[in-house]
Amino acid sequence: MTSHFLLMVLFALLVSTVFAVLLRDDPRDQLRTGGLMLGGFVAAALALGWLMYPFPL
Amino acid sequence: MTTKSTAATRPRAVAEPGMLALVCAAAWLVPGAGHLWLGRRQKGLVFLVVLPLMFAIGLMLRGRLFPLEWSEPLVFLGAIADRGVGLPYILARAFDAGAGTVTAVSYEYGNTFLMVAGLLNFLVMLDAFDIGTGRK
Repeated sequence: MTSHFLLMVLFALLVSTVFAVLLRDDPRDQLRTGGLMLGGFVAAALALGWLMYPFPL
Repeated sequence: MTTKSTAATRPRAVAEPGMLALVCAAAWLVPGAGHLWLGRRQKGLVFLVVLPLMFAIGLMLRGRLFPLEWSEPLVFLGAIADRGVGLPYILARAFDAGAGTVTAVSYEYGNTFLMVAGLLNFLVMLDAFDIGTGRK
């Protein structure tokens, strides 16, 4: 798999799963926290990607 | 203002100090084993699946398991992070995996997956410690 976006989403999914399970005890809370965290990770990555777009490397 | 903990308010340890050390060692060696040992089955099973999976994905993405090199501080820190995952790291070294392909497009992603799997397992180990001491 070489899609950077998919790899980023996969990474965010795994990390948010571990954090949600660490932080919450109830499965429903874990699902909610994990979903929020995953959304936050992906949204932040997309926003930062767009913000960095004008900068040449 | 600091409050002094009394016998009544102090958290009661679930495990004895010697047992606690064993729980921490098990939690490092097998991700999730500490939680399983302490009866947190759901959490333990999630860690047991997710952390080795993350490590395996890192290897598939051609990431590198860094050597403990004192002269290169960042490589040294990366090596500590890699070792955090326990048994999967030992197995990978035994089977000569994790040589890393610098030219692979997914190399940096692979390194990130490998290191973060180890760092997350350190957190999981600390969580098991907190459960063992009765703080959680």
